[in-house]
Amino acid sequence: MLKKGDVPLIFEMGAPGRQAFSLPANDVPAKEPSWPAELRRQAPPRLPEVSEVELVRHFTALSNLNFGVDTGFYPLGSCTMKYNPKVNEVLSRLPGLAQIHPYVPDELVQGALQIIYELEQYLAEIAGLARVTMQPAAGAHGELVGVFLIRAYHERRGNPRQKILVPDSAHGTNPATAAMAGYEVVSVPSAARGGIDVQALEKVLDDSVAGLMLTNPNTLGLFDENIHVITDLVHQAGGLLYYDGANANAIMGYSRPGDMGFDVVHFNLHKTFATPHGGGGPGAGPVAVSAALVPYLPVPLVDFASGCYRLNYDLPYSIGRVRSFYGNFGVLVKAYAYIRSLGAAGLKQVSSDAVLNANYVMHHLKQYFDLPFERACKHEFVLSGKRQKEKNGIRTLDMAKRLMDYGFHPPTVYFPLNVEEAMMIEPTETESKETLDLFIGACAAIAREAIDEPEKVHAAPHTTAFGRMDETRAARQPDLRWRPKEEVPAGNAVRG
Amino acid sequence: MVKYIPNTEADRQKMLADLGAASVAELFADIPAAVRLNRDLDLPPELSEMELAAHLGALAEKNAALTCFLGGGYYDHFIPAVVDALVGRSEFYTAYTPYQPEISQGTLAAIYEFQTMIAELTGLDVANASMYDGASALAEAAVIAVRKTGRTKVAVARSVHPEYRQVLATYLAPRQVELVELPHEDGSTVADLIGPQTAAVVVQQPNFFGCLEDVLQLERLAHAAGALFIVSVDPVSLAVLRPPGAYGADIATGEGQSLGLPMSFGGPGLGFMAARENLVRHLPGRMVGATNDTRGQRAFVLTLQAREQHIRREKATSNICSNHALCALAATVHLSALGPAGLSGVASLCAAKAAYTRDSLNAVPGFTAAFAAPFFKEFVVKSSYPWDKVKARLLEHKLVAGPELGRFYPELTGHFLVAVTEKRTRAEIDRLKAALEEVAAC
Repeated sequence: MLKKGDVPLIFEMGAPGRQAFSLPANDVPAKEPSWPAELRRQAPPRLPEVSEVELVRHFTALSNLNFGVDTGFYPLGSCTMKYNPKVNEVLSRLPGLAQIHPYVPDELVQGALQIIYELEQYLAEIAGLARVTMQPAAGAHGELVGVFLIRAYHERRGNPRQKILVPDSAHGTNPATAAMAGYEVVSVPSAARGGIDVQALEKVLDDSVAGLMLTNPNTLGLFDENIHVITDLVHQAGGLLYYDGANANAIMGYSRPGDMGFDVVHFNLHKTFATPHGGGGPGAGPVAVSAALVPYLPVPLVDFASGCYRLNYDLPYSIGRVRSFYGNFGVLVKAYAYIRSLGAAGLKQVSSDAVLNANYVMHHLKQYFDLPFERACKHEFVLSGKRQKEKNGIRTLDMAKRLMDYGFHPPTVYFPLNVEEAMMIEPTETESKETLDLFIGACAAIAREAIDEPEKVHAAPHTTAFGRMDETRAARQPDLRWRPKEEVPAGNAVRG
Repeated sequence: MVKYIPNTEADRQKMLADLGAASVAELFADIPAAVRLNRDLDLPPELSEMELAAHLGALAEKNAALTCFLGGGYYDHFIPAVVDALVGRSEFYTAYTPYQPEISQGTLAAIYEFQTMIAELTGLDVANASMYDGASALAEAAVIAVRKTGRTKVAVARSVHPEYRQVLATYLAPRQVELVELPHEDGSTVADLIGPQTAAVVVQQPNFFGCLEDVLQLERLAHAAGALFIVSVDPVSLAVLRPPGAYGADIATGEGQSLGLPMSFGGPGLGFMAARENLVRHLPGRMVGATNDTRGQRAFVLTLQAREQHIRREKATSNICSNHALCALAATVHLSALGPAGLSGVASLCAAKAAYTRDSLNAVPGFTAAFAAPFFKEFVVKSSYPWDKVKARLLEHKLVAGPELGRFYPELTGHFLVAVTEKRTRAEIDRLKAALEEVAAC
């Protein structure tokens, strides 16, 4: 039996025979399909049988259990949870954009190809690089393309090399990507000001290094002032530089990865260019490259000649493909609309206010929490909950959960790995000073509670519909799908 | 100036005063002069919302509205209005990966429902929370087989979607894995190149030509060689065709665009992956599991994360982080709306209309159905006429079919695919026939 408070599941609703769907009658002569009996399905899949009202109420109820940017402040560091403009949602659903099959001949989809072509121009300009592939479906997918490109570049020179360097503050996708592309991963430590330790870098640089993956500002939100020294050193060793664009919201119009010396850049359109995160995708991870890497880009690219846009598959050194078709076009349309809405000055204003907001919050919070690097941050900053852990036995996780009681989404926690009890806070430019002040007030209150009422923080959240989860149970007795009651193994009491 | 930025000049001054900074520029002072951009970005001027809507409206108008008989992995299926109405709730689409389960039960429960539906459709034990698309899902499945078996070859049927095979090749290239192509005869795969070094046998059902493969025989050959059997499937077909779990497949992947997602010029669609229980710790990406919260309420969390990049870094099963969660939600709503009867109704209508179309076109002089194998909603037409002539005539009737196969299979130049969904009416099918008759007549 479902208990009060349990999250409902659609499988537990409805009744046999209900459906929320209607079809026209068959208007062609009925004919028994020629499928052999052994290739036919015997028992139908156990899908829900619900009416349209039940369907709508169920998913409306589920949506009410979610917290999104439209619900409230969502300072999830490194994820750039900015507001997603409504007009972009509407425009991406225009029938002339949403209802095109990917194999419609080029001459009949000139509008779609023009959007891809122009978005490529814009992203190339923002990156300071030559060309851009729109194919990757997400940031990590873009990283994969980037490292494949680096590999192809070295292979053409006779040796793919063996190692990819990543800083100790890197996102987990960087080493995972390098490994997927067949590279050994070597971690480079950070220096006292939070950037790469240049001396340590010099020690590991040799002709076995294919490239260095970096984000700048890095995951601490700090701009690496030695960036030119770093890119020069890697280039001198024959390596290439990969820019993880997760943090591009900090620098638009101020600095370009291409000008810093990077050869490959991926952008997260769902971070910097305001397309929705969708509860975990779909995003888009276009990859911009220098002229030297253009020959290796995935096929196809969109070219423009004689007044006509066309898909160009003729790239003899291409790495091939990383997905079907041309990219997450529906997402590209939203990013295109965003860039056109803001223009150059607007995008620079985005970075200005993202950085101002982050510094403002950092400034007011550093009296309550440890700040490992005391210098101006860019779009985000990292605090440490070390003080609360050591003095009050309150961990960063506890404070994150307590923030929910104050109506905020917690920041990213326990990342980056080189800061103990890390709290990574990224306010974004779309938040008002009033919201930031409320958030600062909530964090200050929690810091006081950690001293005065640690139990309250430790047991948080209190006001949300759900308390903390038994994650150990979920991992030890994996229950990854619903089954009818009679099929549930004995002893599994998850569903009441 | 920018309506998405609340800060006024007065707000900025107050904030700067707190910081003790004279200007925002000071906050960027640590960017060395050498890497600073000392000009404005060269971008078109900003547009108001009205101008933007007019501009994108005009671009959308430049794309032709056509009656679609195109196949090849994306299909013009009907999407009931409830799908967009529910997926358009911004509590879903403005959230991110549900790292904080206490305030993300909507996304988590929907993914658990999605995993269940994919497991049900494929007849397999478990499914993950989604992949980018059908092609990358298939490539990641092959990577699982290579890692699990330690073998050096992957046998892939030539009748698998050519773009999927390209993705497979790209993903496997750095691993020094040899891709062995299994040829086809009359549209069906011949599997005589499977050997003791084969990590996986990879086929598509129905295959790229629309033909049903003899998956039972292929499964026996794959497992006799100790390889994993991986099948890329059309989820709509699984309402009526035998599910991969019922013929011994180890992993099923596929493209879920047909489950409530607009074609959107090829994306975003939805990759899915389901597998046998023994592969669960090898799967890439997110998975959601049921548990209880501290108050004893049933709830859901991201689980088995020890496979993933944020924990395992270079030892992760994949680098995938964001997947296609919102598309998975759309598929979940879509499948809930249709139910077993609705999905089976769609599949049967597709099959009936495709059969009628094939018989109709087969009767036009110069056009024949290329392969005799049974098919589902898509088939190959062999044409005696140059493709440009066929294509142009179809366009005069606002029809589009294909793709033409010569671009992928030189031996099939001039052949083209025809896909027929439940949306195509008898009148449209008859118009397609009439257009081909005009090609034959002139």
